[in-house]
Amino acid sequence: MIDVKISAEPLDITTCIMKTTDTECGGIAIFIGTVRNKTNAKKVIRLEYECYQSMALKEMKKIAADAVRLSGIKNITIHHRMGILHIGDSAVVIAVSAPHREAAFDACRYAIDTLKKTVPIWKKEVFEDGEVWVSAHA
Amino acid sequence: MKTTILTFGIAKEIFNGASKEMNLKDGITVAELKNSLEAAYPEMKKLHSYLIAVNNEYAEDDLVLDSADEIAIIPPVSGG
Repeated sequence: MIDVKISAEPLDITTCIMKTTDTECGGIAIFIGTVRNKTNAKKVIRLEYECYQSMALKEMKKIAADAVRLSGIKNITIHHRMGILHIGDSAVVIAVSAPHREAAFDACRYAIDTLKKTVPIWKKEVFEDGEVWVSAHA
Repeated sequence: MKTTILTFGIAKEIFNGASKEMNLKDGITVAELKNSLEAAYPEMKKLHSYLIAVNNEYAEDDLVLDSADEIAIIPPVSGG
């Protein structure tokens, strides 16, 4: 089972886990990306996310399909939030279930690492004294 | 050919809008498009990197563009 979603509403972590639960699986690994309160010692006020939605969903589906193919996991849910997020909010939830834990951990890590590299989603960090598109000029 | 280029993130600010109408020569490649974009918007050259997406897929430099293509500028992504 593959479930990918981009949402303007707060992410529901329980829903992600429920969707991924499978009686044939012995474990669920979950990664939750949350909004940190500082970057390089600078206080973060909020993050603003935007995406190229049609392509972002397509790339997220590719990651999910590759995770199933490469790791032998059974189910993967990837939900990403859009819009204005505040400190502590969940920006992304990835839940993976597999018959054995090793595949679940591997696939979960593969999914978040690849999402950060390939999915057309952007975030702007807003500080007290300015704002910056993350990674744009790194 | 007349086409609309979609822009996101910092590119949206550089182009001052979420899309840009452009007149491109017929048979233009992705590499040539990048050169014209950088000539018209020098700020693009300051980016760490950027890619062109055609019809929702990352495009190679030698791909020839068509007026019916959906073309987008993809500055460095930062999801998660």
